[in-house]
Amino acid sequence: MKHLPLQGRTLALLAVIVPLLVLFIYVGLRSGPLAPVAVTVVTVESRALTPALFGIGTVEARYTYKIGPTFAGRVKRLEVHVGDQVKAGQVLGEMDPVDLDDKLRSHEAAFRRAQAALREADARQTYAQTQAGRYKKLFAAGSTSAETLYTKQQELTIAAAGFSAAQEDLARVRSDQDGLVTQQKNLRLIAPHAGVVASRDAELGTTVVAGQAVLEIIDPESLWVNVRFDQISASGLARELPAHIVLRSRGDQILNGRVLRVELKADAVTEEMLAKVVFDNIPQPLPPLGELAEVTVDLPALPAAPTISNAAIRRDGDSVGVWQIVDDELRLTPVTLGVSDLNGYVQVKKGIKEGDRIVLYSEKALTSSSRIDVVDHIPGVSR
Amino acid sequence: MISLAGRDILQAWGKFVFTGVGLGLLIGVTLSMAGIYRGMIDDAKVLLDNSSADLWVVQKDTLGPYAEPSSIYQDTWRGIRGMTGVARTANVTYLTMQVRQGERDVRAMIAGMAAGEPGTPGWPPYLVAGRQITRSHYEAVADIASGFKLGDRLQIRRNHYTVVGLTRRMVSSGGDPMIFIPLKDAQEAQFLKDNDAILQSRRRTEANPAFNKPGSPDLLDAVIHSQTTNTYVNAVLVQIEEGYSHDDVAESIRRWKQLTVYTRAQMEEILVGKLIATSAKQIGMFLVILSMVSAAIVAFIIYTLTLGKIREIAVLKLIGTRNRTIAGMILQQAIALGVIGFVVGKIVATLFMAPIFPKYVLLEPLDSIFGFIAVVLICVLSSVIAIYAALKVDPAEAIG
Repeated sequence: MKHLPLQGRTLALLAVIVPLLVLFIYVGLRSGPLAPVAVTVVTVESRALTPALFGIGTVEARYTYKIGPTFAGRVKRLEVHVGDQVKAGQVLGEMDPVDLDDKLRSHEAAFRRAQAALREADARQTYAQTQAGRYKKLFAAGSTSAETLYTKQQELTIAAAGFSAAQEDLARVRSDQDGLVTQQKNLRLIAPHAGVVASRDAELGTTVVAGQAVLEIIDPESLWVNVRFDQISASGLARELPAHIVLRSRGDQILNGRVLRVELKADAVTEEMLAKVVFDNIPQPLPPLGELAEVTVDLPALPAAPTISNAAIRRDGDSVGVWQIVDDELRLTPVTLGVSDLNGYVQVKKGIKEGDRIVLYSEKALTSSSRIDVVDHIPGVSR
Repeated sequence: MISLAGRDILQAWGKFVFTGVGLGLLIGVTLSMAGIYRGMIDDAKVLLDNSSADLWVVQKDTLGPYAEPSSIYQDTWRGIRGMTGVARTANVTYLTMQVRQGERDVRAMIAGMAAGEPGTPGWPPYLVAGRQITRSHYEAVADIASGFKLGDRLQIRRNHYTVVGLTRRMVSSGGDPMIFIPLKDAQEAQFLKDNDAILQSRRRTEANPAFNKPGSPDLLDAVIHSQTTNTYVNAVLVQIEEGYSHDDVAESIRRWKQLTVYTRAQMEEILVGKLIATSAKQIGMFLVILSMVSAAIVAFIIYTLTLGKIREIAVLKLIGTRNRTIAGMILQQAIALGVIGFVVGKIVATLFMAPIFPKYVLLEPLDSIFGFIAVVLICVLSSVIAIYAALKVDPAEAIG
């Protein structure tokens, strides 16, 4: 009798070869370009959005008073240090007068000299007046020549002009003297407003030029954050909107504030809009000026509308769309997007409606002919 | 009709299959090597795909932004945006650096993406988890190859970034995972020195009498401020309106803006032809060596197998078997060995080698088909020596 065509050895060989072939076919179909693309699918939900704007800025003082001399000089004394509280009108320091006192004395002498010159001119005028009167009578009596009378009248006119000049000269010297006195008073550095000394830029004996700041005083009540928002994502920014401020040094603390104003001038170089945000309560201790702050501005909440995650948005040429699953087929549906919030949700104005199924995440870029494999989460993503 | 080859294989099938598996491992390595080569080219291509740009505008006479450093003013895009045929433009920066997270650090390419909405050139075109960036600062989208998870805090230079989204296969041409951060942060990261260096540079500026004149106290501040701003980007990505020729638009930007512009095809040539040329040649060389070694080993195995049954062949000749039948037997065995080897090799390469290899391994079906043909050809060629030895044998050896 003939043996069965399949012997033990053949069976054993098949037992090795067949699984190998099955594995080979599996490998060929499930990996590489032929494999289906793993995607996750979500249903479009309607939800109310609270859009917000995010910007960063630096803490600044609205009022900074830079106090310095009005002319070049040397610092004589400074009575305050950084951090000191000062009152309005308080004398903070003084500049060295150098030769100002000597100049003042020189001006006093010049003033007295001008007074003496005035008296002299007065005497000359009085004498000329008397002489002119006398010669007028003599001329009427025919005892003198007309020429002599005219000479005396001219002398009177000259004496009157000399008197006026002496008067004006006295006024000039007096004003000069007053100016010096004012300058002498101006040597004192006086706080124009109550505040805190923020910096002391020159020490005793330092020569400073006119206008250079010696002390800087800030008004702590006027702290604000100068915030920069990217122009492309700053629509809706307006004054009086509530804001949340996180200082870089106090990351766990959210401070409340509001938008004081949106600047009319934007930054053309960095393409940012500028706004000033004030604290509801000034934080204590005071944050240092120049500290970085992250600011989130809340915009008014919007009514519920179909909303998708921004991870679902794809661009195809000129249109923006989402991969929609219709009858188990992939279709790139163009959508018109509305407002988005900081959590990545975007309202859809047109294109899809609530309940539609769309692709959220995909393992690779999709095309309309892609085979898809719907999964809970994309393989390889650690959760 | 009985199959001589089949009978012979069944005689000692274990040995045969194991030889095939051994050969398969070798073929697996060869296929993986081809996959590594394809992977390198694919890395370069996905980098271009993911930027979703039609044109790259870079500094004049550079091969930027991937192959050479390039820097252009950040407002150059405005002029380009206004040109005919340009649909969208976006600034972009690239910087390869170590990104720290807690104790560990990862080599990654930091891509700065222009502010806008998803779909803007330079943004990751798809995600595998999380969401796209919504804040204009301190958020990041990382590739899963970096090992970061959603919610991780990364440190780039002195700032911390929160990972809000994950991507897949977004790598630099060198295979480093990409991390996308807002452009302004990336500009800062590219430029920002450490605090000590900044302090030193300030001191040097202060010590320079030209910048620190007693008569003009504000000059120093102005100079220091101008030193600490970065108004440059590495490239402008341009998307072309439908109906316009890429080359025409590129030519007009080149001509009127005095910048260098690359189209997709040129960029691919730069990346594949220049940037990874040396490493690709290395891999290619290994591939050739491995193929030659495989061929030699296959020839050797078949020769040994044939010599092992030289007596049986002599007997066959003695009973008058035709030479063609004997040659056929050896040839069939060689091909069977090759097929088993290829199947095992393909499985090993796909399931074991590709996933654990640190670089991306792309096994293309067409490569596998070529590989299969090559394996069969090598087996046929190597069986020639064995056939020659078998035919030369003297039938008398069967009894002697």
